[in-house]
Amino acid sequence: MIEVRGIKKTFGDQAVLKGIDMQLAPGQCNLIIGSSGSGKTVLLKSIVGLITPDEGQVLLDGRDWTAMKEQDRKELRQEMGMVFQASALFTSLSVEENVRFPLDFFSQLSAAEKKERVAFCLDRVRIPESALKKNPAELSGGMQKRVAIARAIVLNPKYLFCDEPNSGLDPETSIVIDQLIQEITREFGMTTVVNTHDMNSVLEIGDHVVLLRHGYKVWEGTGPDILKSDDQEVVDYVFRSALFKRVRSAMNK
Amino acid sequence: MLSGFLRGLGSYFLFLGAVLRRPESWREYVKSFVRETELLGMSSIPLVVFISLFMGAVLTIQTAINLDDPFIPDMYIGIAVREGIILEFAPTIVSLILAGKVGSNISSSLGTMRVTEQMDALQIMGINPASYLVLPKIGACLLFFPILVVFSIFMGLLGGYLAGDWLHLVNPDSFLLGYFDEFRPYYILYSLTKTTVFAFIISSISAWYGFNVRGGAVEVGKASTQAVVAMSFSIILFNYILTDVMLQ
Repeated sequence: MIEVRGIKKTFGDQAVLKGIDMQLAPGQCNLIIGSSGSGKTVLLKSIVGLITPDEGQVLLDGRDWTAMKEQDRKELRQEMGMVFQASALFTSLSVEENVRFPLDFFSQLSAAEKKERVAFCLDRVRIPESALKKNPAELSGGMQKRVAIARAIVLNPKYLFCDEPNSGLDPETSIVIDQLIQEITREFGMTTVVNTHDMNSVLEIGDHVVLLRHGYKVWEGTGPDILKSDDQEVVDYVFRSALFKRVRSAMNK
Repeated sequence: MLSGFLRGLGSYFLFLGAVLRRPESWREYVKSFVRETELLGMSSIPLVVFISLFMGAVLTIQTAINLDDPFIPDMYIGIAVREGIILEFAPTIVSLILAGKVGSNISSSLGTMRVTEQMDALQIMGINPASYLVLPKIGACLLFFPILVVFSIFMGLLGGYLAGDWLHLVNPDSFLLGYFDEFRPYYILYSLTKTTVFAFIISSISAWYGFNVRGGAVEVGKASTQAVVAMSFSIILFNYILTDVMLQ
């Protein structure tokens, strides 16, 4: 369980987060949605500790992450995995080395056990064995995302964070990535937080959806709820799209 | 302008503090150090050999032309070339060239890692990106640059000798005698000390510029250029300071 309490963040004179409270449950895909500039990236980075909030707390299973010393944070970070928008795979390493990287640093496994774990994770995200020795740049965008997911789960984390995992992917590959995130979340019982503006993801995997606007949380519910909502913020965000207008009118018929 | 410089200087020392923190895994740092030694040091050998051979040759030609006098034995040309190479050309010129090659490599590779969120990925894993990415580079430069300069000295002396002989500018035996006459080992110490300081300047300044890139590809390029300018200024400045301190 991740609990966010009264998070505020200001850059210069621009308040980006104006007091966000939310609870993100384990075993669920928790989606943070909102238009560009709504504060969702700053919120996600505040939760993972890449940005220090000005006020508020982030509790990871009751542990006050925001008040922790760097050394304690380091230990807790091994319970976290993150998939970045641009995958952030290390270009100087092969696919296999990228996935093994966290194990090399933080596990006491033997070389054979590491190899087995890496093979398991890559197989879980359906990366063929032929890609193991390749450089990440030689892979397609979708495969890079899958390798990034494999690297994120290799230490068996309790929390998985995904920053716009479908960014730059075609609709078909986006669905594959969404489904993979959902499967892994259920399978390993992780608390997954996905930052997205992809409405298809909301409907596909949105167990819990939080809508941000101008630094405030303006709505929360489930993916299916969003199509039925009459909340003006939801209407403004979702139903500007012609496609979703049609979906909504079809549902109302 | 002064406050901007002081802020930058403060940020540089804070960065060095982050670089010098205890590594999360010594084994991984050593692996990275070996990789960096190969990437930054070994790959520079051909460039250093080529530059040094011709630098020595040019130095011999210029000195021989300027000391073309029947009353000055060719041995003195040899001495002048030797001192020129050991004291200045090998440590300073080679370091300036390495600032361009190695320094821009460091700043652009770190800058690219910054803008593609690879550093954030390290931080999320609980790895200090400043230390893991920069400390092995500094270590590799500190270890390998003096080796490169020793190479450069030998190649420069060889180039000087070959040019003098082939172009019939000097008597080779007398010239060679100059290489060994009144040789002062302290000059080698001076040369290597300068090189070690320059190695630290090159690796740390370029890393600082690369580490602090914000934006995209254009900013990575800008940071790389700024790093080379800052390194060149610093090398020239410290060259003067060290010469004043060590040779006066």
